Amino acid sequence: MIYFAQGIITKYTLMSVKGYIFDIKKYSINDGPGIRTTVFFKGCPLKCWWCHNPESQRVLPEQFDDCNFRWHISHDYENRNKIGSEVTSREVMKEIEKDVPFYEESNGGATFSGGEPMLQINFLNELLNRCKEKNIHTAIDTTGYTDFKNFELVYNATDIFLYDLKLMDENLHIHYTGVSNKVIHENLKRLSDAGNKIILRIPIIPSITDTAENLDQMVGFTTSLKNIRGINLLPYHKSAGAKYSKMKKENKLPDLEPPSNEEMDNIKHRFSSIGYDVKIGGY
Amino acid sequence: MNERIKKLREQTLNAVPRLSHERAQLLTQFYKSGEAEKVSVPVARALAFKYLLENKDLCVNEGELIVGERGPEPKATPTYPELCVHSLHDLEVLDTRPKVWFKVSDETKSVYDKEIIPFWKERSIRDKIFNEVNQEWKDCYDAGIFTEFMEQRAPGHTVLDDKIYKKGMLDFKKEIQASISSLDFYNDPQAFEKREELRAMEICADALISFASRYSKKLFELASKEKDKQRKNELETLAGICERVPANAPRTLWEALQYYWFVHLGVITELNTWDSFNPGRLDQHLYPFYKGDIESGLLSEETAKELLQSFWVKFNNQPAPPKIGVTAAESGTYTDFCLINVGGVTPEGEDAANDLTYVILDVIEEMRLLQPSSMVQVSKKNPDRLLKRAMKIVKTGFGQPSIFNTDAIIQEMLRHGKSIIDARCGGASGCVETGAFGKEAYILTGYFNLVKVLEITLNNGFDPRTKKQIGIKSGEPSSFKSFNELMNAYEQQLNHFINIKIKGNIIIERIYADYMPAPFMSILIDDCIAKGKDYNAGGARYNTSYVQGVGLGTITDSLASIKYNVFDNEPKTHQPLTEKKIPFEKLLTALKNDFKDDKELRNKLLFETPKYGNDDDYADDITKQVFEIYFKAVDGRPNTKGGHFRINLLPTTSHVYFGSVTGATPDGRFAYEPLSEGISPVQGADVHGPTSVIKSASKIDHLRTGGTLLNQKFTPQLLETDDGILKAIQLIRTYFRLDGHHIQFNVVTAEILREAQKHPEKYRDLIVRVAGYSDYFVDLGEALQNEIIRRTEHSGY
Repeated sequence: MIYFAQGIITKYTLMSVKGYIFDIKKYSINDGPGIRTTVFFKGCPLKCWWCHNPESQRVLPEQFDDCNFRWHISHDYENRNKIGSEVTSREVMKEIEKDVPFYEESNGGATFSGGEPMLQINFLNELLNRCKEKNIHTAIDTTGYTDFKNFELVYNATDIFLYDLKLMDENLHIHYTGVSNKVIHENLKRLSDAGNKIILRIPIIPSITDTAENLDQMVGFTTSLKNIRGINLLPYHKSAGAKYSKMKKENKLPDLEPPSNEEMDNIKHRFSSIGYDVKIGGY
Repeated sequence: MNERIKKLREQTLNAVPRLSHERAQLLTQFYKSGEAEKVSVPVARALAFKYLLENKDLCVNEGELIVGERGPEPKATPTYPELCVHSLHDLEVLDTRPKVWFKVSDETKSVYDKEIIPFWKERSIRDKIFNEVNQEWKDCYDAGIFTEFMEQRAPGHTVLDDKIYKKGMLDFKKEIQASISSLDFYNDPQAFEKREELRAMEICADALISFASRYSKKLFELASKEKDKQRKNELETLAGICERVPANAPRTLWEALQYYWFVHLGVITELNTWDSFNPGRLDQHLYPFYKGDIESGLLSEETAKELLQSFWVKFNNQPAPPKIGVTAAESGTYTDFCLINVGGVTPEGEDAANDLTYVILDVIEEMRLLQPSSMVQVSKKNPDRLLKRAMKIVKTGFGQPSIFNTDAIIQEMLRHGKSIIDARCGGASGCVETGAFGKEAYILTGYFNLVKVLEITLNNGFDPRTKKQIGIKSGEPSSFKSFNELMNAYEQQLNHFINIKIKGNIIIERIYADYMPAPFMSILIDDCIAKGKDYNAGGARYNTSYVQGVGLGTITDSLASIKYNVFDNEPKTHQPLTEKKIPFEKLLTALKNDFKDDKELRNKLLFETPKYGNDDDYADDITKQVFEIYFKAVDGRPNTKGGHFRINLLPTTSHVYFGSVTGATPDGRFAYEPLSEGISPVQGADVHGPTSVIKSASKIDHLRTGGTLLNQKFTPQLLETDDGILKAIQLIRTYFRLDGHHIQFNVVTAEILREAQKHPEKYRDLIVRVAGYSDYFVDLGEALQNEIIRRTEHSGY
């Protein structure tokens, strides 16, 4: 399988692979080590209630008035009012490579986030391999909701996984994200068993993910894993509210307030007291 | 900060800027006495200096540990009628203008009316300058092509090295006498001139010594009346210090600071040099004294800090001398651009940061004063600890200290022909200007409006605002067949205007050399004594004349817009070409009408055109072209002092003034709006974060300048955590690896600035980074306030 996959990659080096993204962010300092460029893939299998990138959920570009999409690859101003665009891996690599001096200075690199980057596995794989060719550190920020063979395809070219853990209870997971967590947890286990470096990212959504039961189970699950290099606690924030109304999508948590600093510190302490390197916010 | 320093800080913050006629009156008395006519010009200037120091009021403020004011009291600011005579109308303007005002008393107005104006009218350097430059120069000046630094202030731009900490004025006198006795009247036709200059220096050295002894006497007097035992003691100690220095070399930190302060007062009393004189590498110069005093138990870290803090207050007591007209517009601030340097490398090229560096950084953070300004020199050899400490101050959001690249500064100086040791002992002063401290006259001669030159080019040499043909006929733009033709026309116009500017500079340099020598400052700068030559006449070891380019972002975006929207035939986009192209005529008409009926076109120019600051080679290649044209026009031309003209890229506040005289531009900028500042992108044009700005900014060759200025606005959240600070440090290190010269951060949100605009009374202490300096936000003009708000704020992701 892997051999076959590499066969495909070799073929793809000759041409550029196309994919859908909705942003490229430079000086990304919360998505992995150092100063990074984060490429946001469009399309996500989950529909989390607290999603702060609702524009990432659909794969195809979407037209919105007044959205002022900031990313113009090759001066493609035509699509200024579209969220998301179809781009080639070569175009994306050109943007990633521009910041190599910053990666070198900070031990940073490229992060592929989304949306769910694993949804566009060929595009992702191509970018990862091109990065490795140029000696650029790579990270994948994933929901984990994908076929494990996709992980097998990418992990040779991935330096670190930023892996989301949301809810341990399957029913609650289905309720709040739209999908079961079974495959997510299995994949995580297998990924860690295979020796991959992992940072767990836990969204702290008041009264949803921060319940005692959920956190207890998470601690239990986390300690059963290997190669966990750190834990990022991502406090819920309200900044996406405006996006929902602009996109005419339903915001299911319109009145939810972010967790207090004190609560964040308590949760941080829970994980750090059992030996994990915990950060509030990104990396 | 202890009680004493708190009080001193309050004193300086509450002191009211006033215009003092003391200096003008004394100077006029001296020149009226006829003494000046009996002697050579340098000796007359020296005698005037002596007369001022012998007769001016002394001032000892309550509780202070360093004494001496330039005026009769803190912030009482003198005038220099020999350079520029303020009219009664000017005084009225200064008294009543809403920003950067100086209170003018009725007595002062009357003294001006009866004594100062009648004597100096038409005798000032300003009058001489405007008599000597031709109509062509005046037309360009009026049009806002360039400004002229020396029309109200004397050439300055020099910084002291470590010489005063090793030699007293008596030692300098010995050197002067030795230089006089070595004069060879048989073989050196300039021997007489040299002797007069050296005699003038000698008079000035004595004048400073006697000024200090006047203070010593006054302090003994005050001590004898003082009831508080501790203060009595202090006053007596200070009196003793003023007896010792500046006549002799200092032995302690206190003596060193007081000595420097007398020297500082001397320089800023002799003339109103641009920028204010400056001690330079303070942590290097003072370290031996600090270490010695700590080891001997004379001082603790706390008492040393107290001395430094008292010293800091003295700078803040001296606002920049009142400026009027265009000069006030190009530099509208009380700040006099004293820039304390810390960090950097030793003469041997090693990491120079020491314990005192960190103590000084503490002082900067605690004092939070406009003056002196401060900067940290960062070499690849300095540890991250230094940058981290600096960034922790930067994050408190008052725009200090600014961050400089020592390794770039050194290479810039080597390219200018300085020795490696002199280069390592130098740094940056004013805003960002590179100089060999203690050894160089590096004169800023005026700002140059890179954008106005395009407006003139697009009007075939005609200035639409002043309605004059000030440029050459470089062709009707609508006849240009390619972007290259336009660039050629731009280059011709730019060369034409640079020629006019340089011709003016050559005249003005000689006016100062002949009529306005600075013998006191000449004592302090190598090799004026050895050469027997004045600072203003080429006495310094190195002599550089800078012309400062302004509006790099706006000119790039304007040219990129024409290239992209009018000329470019490359199928860069998926759209059909016909739809993309804008006829040149249409664009020119829109510019003439200030986009009045063309919102759609303007939006295209603003949002659908490549912009500098986004690491986009399409735009940045044009930045490089403009840089090369400007560099070629200026760099390497000889000045009158044996040195050369060089470029740097900084604006102070001239980007607002230059904007106010420049019509609408092809980047979508409305007429008379500010230009971009320094080498920063056009306000709001950089949308891809700070790494992209840094990449764009580093595409020009900083090493062939004498300083560039890059400001970035960061939200406070970005520097909230240690990790955030570390990333910012890595950002800076990368910029410096790419040879960037300087970077500074405004750490304040746009919301707060908008609030401060609405409720200035609540934000009186809000200090922001303007260009190469910081200022109280509420003291800035509205156009400048808006410009700062519009600068893109980079926030965390």
